[in-house]
Amino acid sequence: MIPTSEQLCAAVPGVVIEIVPSTLAAAQPAMLVDREHLVAVARYLKNEPSCQFEFCSCVTGVDYLAKGFIEVVYHLYSVALKHGPVILKVRAPRELDQCHVPSLTPVWRGCEFQEREVFDLYGVKFDGHPDLRRILMWNEFTDHPMRKDYVPPADYEWEPTPHDEVLKRAKADGGIMPPSALATEVKK
Amino acid sequence: MIDESLKSELQKQGVFVVSTEWLYNWGRKSSIWPLQFGLACCAIEMIAAAAARYDLARFGAEVFRATPRQADLMIVAGTVTKKMAPQVVRLFNQMPEPKYVIAMGACAISGGPFKDGYNVLKGVDRYIPVDVHIPGCPPRPEALLHAIITLQEKIAGQHIDRTRWYDAEAKTEFPIPVCSEHDLLPAANPEVWQPPKDYRDVTNEESVKKL
Repeated sequence: MIPTSEQLCAAVPGVVIEIVPSTLAAAQPAMLVDREHLVAVARYLKNEPSCQFEFCSCVTGVDYLAKGFIEVVYHLYSVALKHGPVILKVRAPRELDQCHVPSLTPVWRGCEFQEREVFDLYGVKFDGHPDLRRILMWNEFTDHPMRKDYVPPADYEWEPTPHDEVLKRAKADGGIMPPSALATEVKK
Repeated sequence: MIDESLKSELQKQGVFVVSTEWLYNWGRKSSIWPLQFGLACCAIEMIAAAAARYDLARFGAEVFRATPRQADLMIVAGTVTKKMAPQVVRLFNQMPEPKYVIAMGACAISGGPFKDGYNVLKGVDRYIPVDVHIPGCPPRPEALLHAIITLQEKIAGQHIDRTRWYDAEAKTEFPIPVCSEHDLLPAANPEVWQPPKDYRDVTNEESVKKL
């Protein structure tokens, strides 16, 4: 059984829960939980006999640049009771020094690598994570490339078939390109 | 030089007269040992080429070596990420001369579908000299066989007295790029890679004016 927000509020006093409706065809609503009570909610979902969400299948991040926050999304399933998913969301400010959320790795061990990936690509710091370091990019890397305001390195120095966005980037970077590519631009 | 008709006559008697160079190249081209590593899905096609159906052994190139010290050929089979690029160059540096490189598939030759991404090298030829490029995503095993045969032809055409690797001054080590804060440094080795000459000599402003 997937708990209602009333049940969760009763089980975890003080929790702020908002049900976020999905705009997608799958129409699965998500549960937005405040940062302070996230671990308590997670433990309830895992340990409550009627829930038993013991499997966290996916952890990902979403960058809402205009709204100024980053959302971390957890997808939970129960293998024992064959139900799910419960989509758990938590939000943190985009600013790198404030972008902290509590880690759920102590609750679901399987979150470890996925939270590292969210840290690597979105710059979300997971408080309580046992080993929070980059997993995909190299250690010396300082950016977080999946953030909407990430500026990729200026390496469009040679573009054999540039068009649209790549053409713009190549021009900005002073890239070398064949005259035919520039010809289409002049015709426009 | 031996007379061709005499050579043919001798061959009928079971006597083969060839130049040392021919023998040397024949030995090398018939036993190209590739370095055993794969980076992405192209490696699956490479494995298929080495297995029974396509049987790379017919061309003497089936002995995949697990160490660069024993390898003649590096088959860059797959996407070279910026994190992996220093290791690829380091492995190439560790291979003894004479050594060759086949860039297999769209990613290895140009970055392929990931070219505009932040994490993929736009072609392995930016850091190491590539002998044969194979297009395809991934290329079929036949394409890899074709690349091996092309490389064999290249080896057969090399001359002992003009080979690069017997030159004491020869450059056999290539600078290993450094993973820095934002990107690999340098972005390319200019001694190995430059944009095509036709476009390099003309600035973009000049070519627009011409149009």
